[in-house]
Amino acid sequence: MRLTVLIRPKAGILDPQGDAVQASLAHLGFAVTAARVGRLVDLEIAAVDEAAARNEVERMCAELLANPLIESFEIVSGPT
Amino acid sequence: MSERGPRIAVVTFPGSNDDGDARLALEHLGADAVAVWHATSELDSDIGGVILPGGFSYGDYLRCGALARSAPVMDAVREFAAVGGPVLGICNGFQILCEAGLLPGVLRPNRQLEFLCTDVTVVVESAGTPFTSGLARGDELVIPVKHGEGNWVVDDGLYAELVEGGQIVLRYAEDVNGSRDRVAGIANRDGNVLGLMPHPEHAVDPLLGPTGGLPLLQGLIGAARERLAGYALGPR
Repeated sequence: MRLTVLIRPKAGILDPQGDAVQASLAHLGFAVTAARVGRLVDLEIAAVDEAAARNEVERMCAELLANPLIESFEIVSGPT
Repeated sequence: MSERGPRIAVVTFPGSNDDGDARLALEHLGADAVAVWHATSELDSDIGGVILPGGFSYGDYLRCGALARSAPVMDAVREFAAVGGPVLGICNGFQILCEAGLLPGVLRPNRQLEFLCTDVTVVVESAGTPFTSGLARGDELVIPVKHGEGNWVVDDGLYAELVEGGQIVLRYAEDVNGSRDRVAGIANRDGNVLGLMPHPEHAVDPLLGPTGGLPLLQGLIGAARERLAGYALGPR
């Protein structure tokens, strides 16, 4: 089972990396007023079905992949 | 009691780079520094204190300190802290303690997006921990910092609790990295776990600059000595 986790800095959390990317894009002439930089994790999981796999990934996010103080996460279908 | 200094473990993770200085500083102050590898799952029973040193454990992959939290040695550190053992996390060690849930909050990239390497003045906010027991509130210490991610973040509710509980231990005299209300170091509720971004191990010898790290490390050594003396008198 392939699932992908999208991890984002929560709204309101300072994201200096995103600010730097926005500033660089603006410098290149792009009309970008905000950028936020997160992380993407592709996972290959041994699970009986997608629901079980998603449960596992939820736990992975809670325990390691995301820090709930500063990050939100979203589980989406992985690349096929 | 013998004159031999208390044994203090300095943990080395892959990517730690201030472990050597931490051991030298402890030895300089008369303690018996013990190098402990991250894959070790138990601490010797005659260990009186623990330092998680600075560096870039596991290459700072995922988030600073995030991967170190699952190292075998962290189970031992958790147990040691739970029974009141003094644990000092310096820089990356502070980041690890936050990720491991031993300290509240999390350290984010410096607001100015620059790696910061300079001497800073920190003000003692709480003398109620073993590490600051030789100091008074308002005392100033000059200690170097060197970090890219020292911007401590915590939500409003928890922050108010920490202030109320005296868990904010050190503040920068001036803002250096965007850290909430200039927080430089915090303790757990019992005060036996302290995390700070400045490097006391780099500030113990006047030949090399400021010596603001001395009282904090002496506090750790004192707590370790007391702990071991307690054991010697106890049922063990």
